[in-house]
Amino acid sequence: MYIGRRLVLSVFVLLGLSIFIFTLSRVIPGDPARLSLGPMAPQWAVDQLRERLHLNEPLPVQYVIWLTNAIHGDFGESIVTKRPVILDVITFFPASLELVLLSTIVSTVLAIVIGAISGRRANSWFDNAFRLFSYIGIAVPTFVWAIMALFLFGYVWKILPTMGQLSTNIAPPPTITGMMGLDALLTGNITAFLDHFRYMLMPAFAMSIGRIAQEARILRSGFIENLKKDYITAEVSYGIPERSITFKYLMKPSLIPMISILGMDIAASMGGSFIIETIFNWPGFGRYGMWAMLNKDLNAIIAVVVIIGAFFAISNIVVDLIIASVDPRIRMMERGA
Amino acid sequence: MTEERKRNLKRSWLKFGSNPLSVLGLVSVLLVVFLAVFSPWVAPHPESWAKWVDFKNALLAPSWDHPFGTDVFGRDILSRVFFGFRYDLLMAVSILVLVVPLGTVIGLIAGYYRGSLLDTVIMRITDIFLAIPSIVLALAICAMLEPTLFNSMMAVSVLWWPWYTRLAYGIASSLKNEYFVQAAELTGASTPHILFREILPNCISPIFTKMTLDVGWVILIGSTLSFVGLGAQEPIPALGTMVAAGTKYMPDYWWMTIFPAIAIAFTILGFNLLGDGLRDLLAVEEI
Repeated sequence: MYIGRRLVLSVFVLLGLSIFIFTLSRVIPGDPARLSLGPMAPQWAVDQLRERLHLNEPLPVQYVIWLTNAIHGDFGESIVTKRPVILDVITFFPASLELVLLSTIVSTVLAIVIGAISGRRANSWFDNAFRLFSYIGIAVPTFVWAIMALFLFGYVWKILPTMGQLSTNIAPPPTITGMMGLDALLTGNITAFLDHFRYMLMPAFAMSIGRIAQEARILRSGFIENLKKDYITAEVSYGIPERSITFKYLMKPSLIPMISILGMDIAASMGGSFIIETIFNWPGFGRYGMWAMLNKDLNAIIAVVVIIGAFFAISNIVVDLIIASVDPRIRMMERGA
Repeated sequence: MTEERKRNLKRSWLKFGSNPLSVLGLVSVLLVVFLAVFSPWVAPHPESWAKWVDFKNALLAPSWDHPFGTDVFGRDILSRVFFGFRYDLLMAVSILVLVVPLGTVIGLIAGYYRGSLLDTVIMRITDIFLAIPSIVLALAICAMLEPTLFNSMMAVSVLWWPWYTRLAYGIASSLKNEYFVQAAELTGASTPHILFREILPNCISPIFTKMTLDVGWVILIGSTLSFVGLGAQEPIPALGTMVAAGTKYMPDYWWMTIFPAIAIAFTILGFNLLGDGLRDLLAVEEI
């Protein structure tokens, strides 16, 4: 089956990625054990740690040991937090997921609305303004958007908070899912939810802008392409109302390329979260990964790279499945073939 | 130059010029390149680019004398931005000069021998580098090395070549069954000849267009790397480093951050517009 092949391929690619990053981490100068214990630790302690971490074995052996541990969820211990990496991942991942979800919902809705209007009314003032905005939106780096947002909404017009997840005078909700907003809703704590939502706005906004620009652009070109097609002309001459044409007959085929970009964009958001979470001090996976990288926390770096790779692969496969089920042309092709 | 070529050139120029955005891109790019190349002579305070202190003039707001203000050491930010263009462009050019030939050749070989084990191996290796967002891999590689401009250039090069391999692979594998290639094979042309004199010329337009767009993307990744501290270090005036250095002084001394940030956006936008214009002009569909 198609999915089976994709999954197997993804596993191979992930293995290759892990080999690459693992080898890199072991061939660079510097002793991981010494890094972990610090410069003041006695040499015998460092040697003992080297033995325990199997650092004196040949490289392939080290990799196999790492792999067997990783399959069981053991990615080693973090130098920075001194806890098992997998524990750190579980703690921090939901916060990032929350941001990615909010930014995905907002950017998808906005992209569909803006892209549809632009596509329908090509070359109108709205469309031209949007096209200019989309160029800027795609070209400007995420961290520049984040800083601009911080500057404008946090300092010039002091309407949004700049750091963290919750105001200091509000008690945080209990950790059920790890996503603070969801936890607040589940326990009925509306004050905390609203407060937390204010903190989410800027990071999610910074994450969304590039995506809105790109996705709306693709929807727009989909609309323009499909508007030229014969079936639209037939529908107009039948007298089918314009609203019906736009939402029913134009939207679906134009959405398909946008959905495939959506998958890549969700994964790219995980990459952008590294920068955004660091700037806004949001306790998520991205900030953890950034700390790990700045502190040469090798175990955590390898784990972060592999986990993001897995996330990327899964979201691509899921998006392909969605497209295959939504697009009747693909279903017909498979049936016909 | 023959009459026909002159006419073609004029027609291309008119077509290119019909889109104001493309012309804007070209002008922006020329401006940035000019400033980068001639910065020591054009910058109003050329000594500001490296280690220089003038605390009497530190943290001045934008004025006629210092249109972008001064930073914490008293260095003129406008001049540093000009020199910053140098470093960012240098980074982009070095990376592309390394990556484009290498990636293209590998892709041509893989595409020409499509279906063979060599092809599968090469394509799976490119898949590995495309398996995670580039920024994450770039951060991870830079994190393992010492944070310098050179190392960040190496890191970005390592993960950039697969794009060109894919591009060349697509073109080579679609062309390898064309008549002109088969004719060359039948007349006994050597494989390098087929690859470089028959197939490669068909790749020039897409590769050139992609290169132009990529200057923008490389600068984007490069400035992000310097922003987090894994790229060029002080006192090198890389634009990302300048933005990062300025964030500590937000919001009171906002000019230290905002102007380099705008400079980055301006550069990337210019190359994007120019690349899009080239894509329309050369009628490239592959990217």
